[in-house]
Amino acid sequence: MLPFIYKFFLVPLTLLILVGCSAGESNVSQGNREGILHFGNGSEPQGLDPHVVTGVPESKLIDAMYEGLTRKNPWTLEPEPGAAASWSFSEDRRVITFQLQPEGRWSNGDPVTAHDFVWSWRRALNPAMGNLYSYMLYPVQNAEAYATGKLQDPEQLGVKALDDYTLEVTLSEPTPYFLQLLDHYSTFAVPRQVIEQFGEATDRFTRWTRPGNIITNGPFRLTEWKLNRRIEVEKNPYYWDADMVQLNGVVFYPTENLVSEERMFRVNQLHYTNDVPLDKLPAYRAMPDSPFVEAPYLGTYFYLINTARPPLDDVRVRQALSLAVDRAKLARSVMHDLVTPAWSITPPGTLGYEPPKLFDYEPERARALLAEAGYPGGKGWPGFELIYNTSESHRKIAVALQQMWKDVLGIEVSLSNQEWKVYLDSVSEMNFDVARRGWVGDYVDPNNFLDLYLSDGGNNNTGFADPDYDQMILERAPQAQDREERFRIFFEAETRLMEEMPIIPIYTYASKHLKHPSVKGLPSNLMDFVNFKYIRLEPVEVQEFEVP
Amino acid sequence: MNEPILAVGSVEQGTSLWKDAWIRLRRNRLALFGLVLLVSFVILALLTPWIAPYAYDDQNLDLGASPPSAAHWLGTDIFGRDLLTQILYGGRISLAVGFVATSVALLIGVTWGAVAGYVGGRVDAVMMRLVDILYALPFMIFIVLLMVVFGRNLLLLFLAIGAVEWLTMARIMRGQVQTLRQQEFVEAAISLGLSPVTIIWRHLVPNALGPIIVYTTLTIPSVMLLEAFLSFLGLGVQPPQTSWGLLISYGAETMEEYPWLLIFPGMALTLTLFALNFLGDGLRDALDVRGSTD
Amino acid sequence: MWKFIASRLLQAVPVILAVITVTFFLVRIAPGGPFDSEKAVIPEVKAALEAQYRLDQPLFQQYLAYLGDLAQGELGPSFKYPGRSVNELIAAGLPATAELGLYALLVAVCIGGVAGVLASLKPNTAQDYIPMSLAMIGICMPTFLLGPLLVLLFGIQLEWLPVSGWGEMPGDKLLPSLTLGAAYAAYVARLSRAGMLEVLSQDYIRTARAKGLPEWQVITRHALRGGLMPVVTFLGPAFAGLLAGSFVVETIFQIPGLGRFYVQAAFNRDYTMILGTTVFLSTLIVLFNLASDVLAAWLNPRLRSQFGEA
Repeated sequence: MLPFIYKFFLVPLTLLILVGCSAGESNVSQGNREGILHFGNGSEPQGLDPHVVTGVPESKLIDAMYEGLTRKNPWTLEPEPGAAASWSFSEDRRVITFQLQPEGRWSNGDPVTAHDFVWSWRRALNPAMGNLYSYMLYPVQNAEAYATGKLQDPEQLGVKALDDYTLEVTLSEPTPYFLQLLDHYSTFAVPRQVIEQFGEATDRFTRWTRPGNIITNGPFRLTEWKLNRRIEVEKNPYYWDADMVQLNGVVFYPTENLVSEERMFRVNQLHYTNDVPLDKLPAYRAMPDSPFVEAPYLGTYFYLINTARPPLDDVRVRQALSLAVDRAKLARSVMHDLVTPAWSITPPGTLGYEPPKLFDYEPERARALLAEAGYPGGKGWPGFELIYNTSESHRKIAVALQQMWKDVLGIEVSLSNQEWKVYLDSVSEMNFDVARRGWVGDYVDPNNFLDLYLSDGGNNNTGFADPDYDQMILERAPQAQDREERFRIFFEAETRLMEEMPIIPIYTYASKHLKHPSVKGLPSNLMDFVNFKYIRLEPVEVQEFEVP
Repeated sequence: MNEPILAVGSVEQGTSLWKDAWIRLRRNRLALFGLVLLVSFVILALLTPWIAPYAYDDQNLDLGASPPSAAHWLGTDIFGRDLLTQILYGGRISLAVGFVATSVALLIGVTWGAVAGYVGGRVDAVMMRLVDILYALPFMIFIVLLMVVFGRNLLLLFLAIGAVEWLTMARIMRGQVQTLRQQEFVEAAISLGLSPVTIIWRHLVPNALGPIIVYTTLTIPSVMLLEAFLSFLGLGVQPPQTSWGLLISYGAETMEEYPWLLIFPGMALTLTLFALNFLGDGLRDALDVRGSTD
Repeated sequence: MWKFIASRLLQAVPVILAVITVTFFLVRIAPGGPFDSEKAVIPEVKAALEAQYRLDQPLFQQYLAYLGDLAQGELGPSFKYPGRSVNELIAAGLPATAELGLYALLVAVCIGGVAGVLASLKPNTAQDYIPMSLAMIGICMPTFLLGPLLVLLFGIQLEWLPVSGWGEMPGDKLLPSLTLGAAYAAYVARLSRAGMLEVLSQDYIRTARAKGLPEWQVITRHALRGGLMPVVTFLGPAFAGLLAGSFVVETIFQIPGLGRFYVQAAFNRDYTMILGTTVFLSTLIVLFNLASDVLAAWLNPRLRSQFGEA
């Protein structure tokens, strides 16, 4: 027994300790030397097929490897030329003609043509594909009908290749935010040849996205994919704007546990983290030359109210609940001043749009409203249950609000955390009283938030239904002559929404990351969008980040 | 028909056994210390509503997490709630879960294992294969389903934990019984015509008490931590109620920033377990029917 | 002996079949499906997805189809990772987890066994109290606490060892193995101490001592066999539990193992992945339980007669 233990265990262990002590070069200094960015990416991506995947980690990878017709500038978020070199609108703004990059190539050297986009959009919209984001292309003429199977013929889609390098897109109506959608991955071109080589166009299960098989048209191309370990991409020499690309490669890590991720950053294993533990904020903020970066994020954290269930069917009760929440205090103490209080569903400053602010923290008025509704001082209050999906931060908010409602209104609220899929089921079946919810914009436009509360909106889940509201969002806003008028209509609709209060807005999201001082050209922005094309490394040695 | 008589007999026998054990236990200072500590924790838990310095859900967001001070002896959590109060209230849940769920596991596991080990053959095979099946089922799905079907309540939590923890107990008990069964005194009991129930409860279980007690003292902490995990998943206690396991898991997340949130609940749990172990070892020695071990 | 093993292996078939059946229907009853996400799914898209995964067929037919695939060794495509089969995912995750489990078990047996045996030799002395108190702290210390503590100490303060990874940097396997092994080491220590105490008071040990054998020979030749019995009974289920329980350690140390897949599959309602990992783990559990029973019998000759009966 003993020799066995010695041979197989003690010897390797001793060796490991000895070797471990002579610390090797850190990822960051090696990366700085070789021009490789080590990037914390949150979790293992579902895959790399832009028409299959749905999450944020996937979008980071796909943005590095592929390119849509346009690509957002990370500083301004304005669309810049991507696979398309230029574009022009028709008089009625319904037809857009794209001139593709003459030097646009796939990572094997083949040209990227207008036909690739036509084929790819048909694939993205094909109902058999099961693309969860097919609706991003719905502004295109006949897209919705085709994607829902009402129209069989893909030829009738409003996308045509006039020649190899000219793409004509026809919209069903003018859509001011359409150009923004074009850098969402569901509108990207995928390599037809490779996909067909490995199976049917709409088959989700083929091996075409594996290293060695996949070709892409973006600034980087896939070299290695070790499951749950790392994904490596290298600079794509065939990329039309390859001169602009400074990095030689990026290594993506599935950093699921944000506490572990922060520790990896501290010992220089990562250049950039996906997230930062909330409780570490004060310490990082206090650091000189802090690597901590934060920015408002296009998303709102709020509570959904089931307006069909008493006592929440009374608008005065809903308003009382909302007025009794001290958002500033919550943001300050629980969220460490990371987030800003929200007073409506649309985040402020969405393309210059400012949402209405109809109320403030008003405990007196809240009590009066509750009394009017028949529960003076909380007397006779039947109670309700607040559900949230299992997560530390949701719990904190819920516990704080529970107490605020008790202190201000004298009412009891019970909390219930649910496992993610159970929670989703409860929300979609409207099997709740009040539920935690968040919404992050797919594109920068108030419409992306306001169309949630259309009477038949799939994400409404509150029972709020107002024909006037529907008419404003669906008919009046799209026909507005200019941005100002459009925003006026949105403001009117949103005012109505917040008067009815089917949701209790709580705060506007913020993104937070740790960024090594060597990393340049990676600005914070409202979409938390990373454009790998502009990132460069200017080596700065930091021995270790001492967290006070 | 003769079961009542045997039962009476066993009670008489039991009394003297326990009396004997108690005398021996009193001589063991560590065990006595463990007992006193445990009893005082239980008393504290029972008296919590009257002795806790603050209300358990009394927040002070402006104060936030603060280290121990004169007003808050053990400091406050991120909501500015008094940690001492939290630990006192958490102890009520943790101790209850620890003892009740472990008893459930103990009762089922010991009976199951003893019967399987004693009867042997086909019955044993079927019983132990059932244990194998339960071992192999995906626990998480099982818990989620329990929650959905029966809703949330503390009783269900006890059952769910007990249902998981008895399996290993059953295996250990069966192993013990199989060994003991071959020994002379059991064979003697069989030849005397004693009923299996009597043999199991009067001869096999007492002789296997050592491993059972040890395993029980091991089960209680794992039950308390399992409770934290289940509460975290949504089964079990819901905020603002709390338990030691939950306090520790929250404390672990911020151990660099607010170490007291981890240290004090951790100490409460560790002290309890030390007490349990001393008591367990003492009990094992005291109940050892074959005499002292040294 | 071989007959016993063969009959137990035969019994394993209905056990695993029962596990598959119960799991198959359990996961379907659980609320929430694999395609539910925060944003509502368009009904046509959902229907297309369900068709691709055969979910549009009657449940019982799906069950039969699954069994048919399983008989051919096919565990089906994953729901969460569309381009990958469950076979591939298990094959990718298994090496790291198995290695981690093995090291952890070695840690448990080496540290725990030695501590327990030492403690049992001089009960109620410092040689007993010190290792046993350490064991107790090990039990109180859940992995989600011990892991970060070790990382903070050895990874960040002392900078001796990497804070994460598996087989990427020298020494990165040490902390995860210790973390996972510690809790089990504590169990092994307590179980072996109790087992040894039990055995040391038995007649045959007294006889051996009376015969004048040196104490260390009494221990190694006679006492260890019986004294480690409870540990052996514990090891079978423990190894299986180790595999399933490595989730926390794998997450803390970013290890590309099976534990993460196993737990996340349940959260994702990745039906094929839940079933695949469960089938795989249940086979392992049955095998390890059998192994520990055989080992127990080998250590305890009095049990061998039982092989004839089974």
